Amino acid sequence: MAMESAELERMIKEALPDAEIAIEDLRGDGDHYSARIVSGAFAGKSRVQQHQMVYAALQGKMGDQLHALALTTDVPA
Amino acid sequence: MSDNPTFERINGEINDTDVVLFMKGTPMFPQCGFSAAIVGALSQMQVKFKGINVLEDMEIREGIKAFSDWPTIPQLYVKGEFVGGCDIVKEMYEAGELHKMFDDKSIDYQA
Repeated sequence: MAMESAELERMIKEALPDAEIAIEDLRGDGDHYSARIVSGAFAGKSRVQQHQMVYAALQGKMGDQLHALALTTDVPA
Repeated sequence: MSDNPTFERINGEINDTDVVLFMKGTPMFPQCGFSAAIVGALSQMQVKFKGINVLEDMEIREGIKAFSDWPTIPQLYVKGEFVGGCDIVKEMYEAGELHKMFDDKSIDYQA
């Protein structure tokens, strides 16, 4: 199973409207992505909590439809 | 929560051993690149850890995801606390934060 990167971005934007998102399809197979996500909503959260917010935005697709998403999260500079 | 026998087993594991890695495969033979990456970092630091092969235990494999509220494996626990998955551990390792955490939690490692 795979997922379009546009769909990925849309779901993240829905949960984190201010997010700046850079997605890379690592193997061109729609199944192995890396994403760098910068959002003010991450302020004051631990890395684990930041990633959990992204996973929550993906509504269970991570680890299911989406095999690999290498995440980097940050707050706006 | 304590009614869940799988959660009880997980609690037992992470409280019995200081550093526990829930992974695919074994420390000697990781069967997934993400698990191998964390094994590599811990081995580099010569940290003693216990690998739990989720591929051999379906209950733990599904249970640990709910337990940690984390959808993927590997997952690293230190002194009963969830540290993160592959991305976070790698980032911490490269930033020297993993070293600092082991210092803070009195875990032996080689710098």
